[in-house]
Amino acid sequence: MSEKIKEYPGHRIKTADLRAGLVPLIRYKPEAKFAFSAGAAMSRFLEELKNGRILASVCKKCGRIMVPPRTFCEICFKPVDDYTYVKDTGKINTYSVSFIAADASRVKEPTIVAVIELDGASPGMGILHKIGEIDWKEVKFGMRVKAVWKPPEQREGAITDIKYFKPLKEGEE
Amino acid sequence: MEMFGKRRVAVIGAGMTLFRRNLKETGKELCWEAAKMALDQAGLELKDIEAVVMGTAPDAFDGVHMKGEYLADGAGARKKPYMRVFVGGGTGVFTPIAGWWHVASGMFDTCLVVAEEKMSSCFPHPAYAFHTIFDPIMARPLGVTLIWIFALEMHRYMHVHGIKKEQIARVAVKNKQNALDHPCAQLPQKITVEDVLNSEVLCWPVQRLDISPTSDGAAVAVLAAEHVAKQLTDNPVWIDGVGWCIDSTYWTNRDLYYPKYVECAARMAYKMAGIKNPPKEIDVAEVYDPFDYKELHHMEGLMLCRKGEAPRLTEEGVTQRDGDLPINPSGGLLGVGNPIAAAGMMKVCEIFWQLRGEAGKRQVKKDARTGLAQAWGDLMQYGSVIIMRS
Amino acid sequence: MSREISTCPLRLRHYPGHLEPEYAYTLGIAGERFFREIKENARIMGAKCKKCGKIYVPPKLYCEECFEKLEEWVDVGTKGTVYTFTISFLDEHGEKLEKPEIYALIKFKGTYGGIVHRLGEVKPENVRIGMKVQAVFKPLTERKGTINDIAYFKPIME
Repeated sequence: MSEKIKEYPGHRIKTADLRAGLVPLIRYKPEAKFAFSAGAAMSRFLEELKNGRILASVCKKCGRIMVPPRTFCEICFKPVDDYTYVKDTGKINTYSVSFIAADASRVKEPTIVAVIELDGASPGMGILHKIGEIDWKEVKFGMRVKAVWKPPEQREGAITDIKYFKPLKEGEE
Repeated sequence: MEMFGKRRVAVIGAGMTLFRRNLKETGKELCWEAAKMALDQAGLELKDIEAVVMGTAPDAFDGVHMKGEYLADGAGARKKPYMRVFVGGGTGVFTPIAGWWHVASGMFDTCLVVAEEKMSSCFPHPAYAFHTIFDPIMARPLGVTLIWIFALEMHRYMHVHGIKKEQIARVAVKNKQNALDHPCAQLPQKITVEDVLNSEVLCWPVQRLDISPTSDGAAVAVLAAEHVAKQLTDNPVWIDGVGWCIDSTYWTNRDLYYPKYVECAARMAYKMAGIKNPPKEIDVAEVYDPFDYKELHHMEGLMLCRKGEAPRLTEEGVTQRDGDLPINPSGGLLGVGNPIAAAGMMKVCEIFWQLRGEAGKRQVKKDARTGLAQAWGDLMQYGSVIIMRS
Repeated sequence: MSREISTCPLRLRHYPGHLEPEYAYTLGIAGERFFREIKENARIMGAKCKKCGKIYVPPKLYCEECFEKLEEWVDVGTKGTVYTFTISFLDEHGEKLEKPEIYALIKFKGTYGGIVHRLGEVKPENVRIGMKVQAVFKPLTERKGTINDIAYFKPIME
């Protein structure tokens, strides 16, 4: 604020007044629902998750193997040339430990989330997922991890068909 | 670039409302309050304004679809050329950039630039509105939250450079302290590094005091072409460089330790302003700080220091108001508050006041002639940069 | 690694989703006073611009043309004129209504703006543009400080 201005507008509402219902409010809940089309590449990706496989797309021009797969290469701006599979193993690029839920409320058991660079994809190509079977204090950058899949009969073609990624022991593939 | 900036554009007035968790005013009323103040400062009436640019973040916060249109009359846009811009958290600095091209192009001699956010309409918490920004196939089924992704970025940044949380916490301490001198500030506080480190852990490494609050508020600037500005004021503040840049939403496909897209935006703005050596030539900067680590991350992206060097400069006091490179003398988003678009615009207003020598207790010690404001947003992919000179 | 791609590429998938947030809107500085007058006094107020003389209904904090603060409030009465109207046969979800509803934009003499509301005590075929109408308020105990504190507008003799 400029020192030339002495008064500044705005009437603060006290949280206590809000909770006590002393502030007139008009309430509304939107009812709209959505059905997002997954598109050609991601539809295949989801179908392949049912088979326990992770689909990637290939651009021969830049040489990238991309996860998640896409129908066009956003760098070369041309259709991708092929689809392939990458491994369900990889390494932790970065991670975080969440103690809160989507509505900012506390959760009992923290969730470990990570960006996982998958083996077989181009360097730096990661996906977001959870880490399990390890205490959060033990997680390390660069740690080798492997997908833990739901049993085939429980898979529905969703990213959650992978329950989480678990740490691999030394020498384990 | 030579084709741009045929006309020099000045900021000749600025205004803002209080930033608070809940304000009674409607979004329209907030816009009007700040716009009226900015016009009064510029010595103009609404009839003198030829075009209006509105900046406001997702409709999902205010809960009014077509929010730009809804806010138009409060922004003084009735029966005038008007547009809304929206680039996520980058909106606040992109709005005056859009205003700049309105005037620089020769289309208009004056332009009112309005930024507004009323996040308190969204219940039970504005975080709910953020959920729909994520990929519905890859991310939402996992229960992703906004703090997750910033925590992932922060952690990667810390890991690559070996930065400690104590070093990052100093940013929160500095900015909340600076905000004590800002009359509109929502969270001015005198805190210590220990307070930050002992605050509630939300998503490690993000703790409660690492984060800016959600807020209601509006901020406005008046832009004018050179010949108009010189008639109205003896000390216009010139917009000499603008830059903006986006990367893809595939944020898991790039290394999060460095915001390359911010660097691209900064290079564009520096080139336009003829700046060769940013740390030497920028006297004061308002960089986007919704989280404390973002101030450091952005100082590096803006090339105000080398990669990984920002924590040390902060420790040495270089970024304090009396330092060689004052960063966020306003108190930033961490201290003043974070009504998304209005927060970025507040930074532009702060640079305006700093370069005019009107910032009062917040005035930086050095003789500030060149300033920078920057904002950042979307899925860790967008940067907007503005360079101003007195 | 196998090169076989087993999945039919034509089988597109859809993902369901919905909007989670709820909203609670403040009425604003002018709105709070406007609805308090409706609730407590069954009065419809306007706000007058001292510069251009325009009276806004519903009242605003500012004149959208002069950008002046509107500080003079006036009682505009409860009687107005049907400026335009529509007869709705469907509800907000597109379902057929049992009885069609009439919605009108009602203007108040000497003022700028107007109020959109239901018309009552009148058959659709008898509604005319220019018709005089009056607000019918709910009983004081049922009024909550919203636009629905006015039950509807009914036709009146001139």
